[in-house]
Amino acid sequence: MAESAARPEIGPDDRIVVDHLWKSFGTIQAVRDVSLRIRTGTVTVIVGPSGSGKSTVLRCMNHLEVPTSGAVYIDGVHLGDRRTNINLIRREVGMVFQQFNLFPHLSVLDNITLALRKVRGRSKTEAEAIAMAQLQRVGIPEQARKRPGQLSGGQQQRVAIARSLAMNPRVMLFDEPTSALDPEMIKEVLDVMQELAASGMTMVVVSHEMGFARQVGSHMVMMDQGRIVEEGAAEDVFARPQHPRTKEFFSKIL
Amino acid sequence: MTGPDHGDLSEAGAAIVEPARRSSVRDLPLWLFAILAILALMAVVIATEASFGEAFEVIIPGISLTVGITLVSFVASIAIGLVAGLGRVSRNIVIRNLAITYIEFIRGVPIVVLILMIAFVVVPAGSRILGIPNNAVPQETRFIIALSVIYGAFIAEIFRAGVEAVPKGQMEAGRSLGLTHAQTMRSIILPQAIRTVLPALGNDFISLLKDSALATLLGVRDLTQSARLYTGSSFRFDEAFLVLTFLYLSMTLVLSLLVQQLQRRLGRG
Repeated sequence: MAESAARPEIGPDDRIVVDHLWKSFGTIQAVRDVSLRIRTGTVTVIVGPSGSGKSTVLRCMNHLEVPTSGAVYIDGVHLGDRRTNINLIRREVGMVFQQFNLFPHLSVLDNITLALRKVRGRSKTEAEAIAMAQLQRVGIPEQARKRPGQLSGGQQQRVAIARSLAMNPRVMLFDEPTSALDPEMIKEVLDVMQELAASGMTMVVVSHEMGFARQVGSHMVMMDQGRIVEEGAAEDVFARPQHPRTKEFFSKIL
Repeated sequence: MTGPDHGDLSEAGAAIVEPARRSSVRDLPLWLFAILAILALMAVVIATEASFGEAFEVIIPGISLTVGITLVSFVASIAIGLVAGLGRVSRNIVIRNLAITYIEFIRGVPIVVLILMIAFVVVPAGSRILGIPNNAVPQETRFIIALSVIYGAFIAEIFRAGVEAVPKGQMEAGRSLGLTHAQTMRSIILPQAIRTVLPALGNDFISLLKDSALATLLGVRDLTQSARLYTGSSFRFDEAFLVLTFLYLSMTLVLSLLVQQLQRRLGRG
């Protein structure tokens, strides 16, 4: 893969470094030469029209998509390196999906304890204590014994967040976490994410929620047609978008 | 919102109430009543006509082999089917192509031919290799091996479909938690896949029960062979084959009603 390419400079604060990332699906170029640094403790919001490659960039950050070329480093570890055990990296990287992807055949509690037991090697009692603490954190401990199908969309997404948090990840990736939700449930999920950001969690969020991006985001990345067209401090990009594409995008969705 | 909602409801309500009365007759399982009537008629004939009763008594002991062969072959073919089905969806191209080769080979040859081939060519060859005298392998065993290998391929396709029906996001969610591919398969994908394929497995169990009649090819004394032996000595074809049909049909009817019940329960849950 990109073994021959020079390793970019990675500072102690760089949690994720995306280096000249390209990704194509068949003849479609989804991501074109994207480079990005996610610093520890920041909340990076990636925005852009659909098809701009933002979800693909996010999914490359835990190797759900394998880059066509270029590299992703997490805490300095090259994900595409043959010697990298991707399972070890992924347990440190939480991922929240648009469609929640809860396990429908397991209770809410078992959804959260499964990886704690199988990956972290926790006992049943320990795992359940951790799971209950995380359910408390997202505000739905009383749903622990239910199946995901019995919960509302907002509650399901909060369970999905709790499931990721239970692994005590170093970074959390959110792939359009509120896009599949009814409007009245968006806030309960955003509130949980806001609390998480306030606690110092490093987060990368692909989202259309401009209010959230403005309030919670520390860094903002605007993508279009597979490229980053603009990035910077969230407030600056909002207040003074430089690129015409960003101005046009904001004028359409704000 | 309440305006149109209300309108839709009353409309839907009317639609449910009105034709429901008419369609209640149409929804009755008339076919089931017909089958039950045919079975009842056959039962009356067997119970009242002495020659039919005699045929029944002669044939019925074969049921233990029919049921035994079916159960053992079903368990074995599920084991084979699970391995081949997982191989079929494996990311390893060698394993995947081995599984496809097996499945397509079986699907490309008539069942009757496969049974003859396995019983008279493959098993003798296998016993030569293993150093077992060929006649030490009973015909029942050969038949069970043949049925299991054949149905293993059918059931592999069922498992493959079940695994592929589980949304892709389930594997992604498992992997992104740090579970390995195998762990995700075992704890997340397979439990969901098995649930969805239960009715299909039930249907294959019924097919397997019916195909167990091919035991007669090897002279194994199941129901069918018993009936044929009886006609050979008595020339009572009407009696033998009516009894035989009655027995298979009553078994498959009960089983297919059970499968329907299972399907309904899974559909609700």
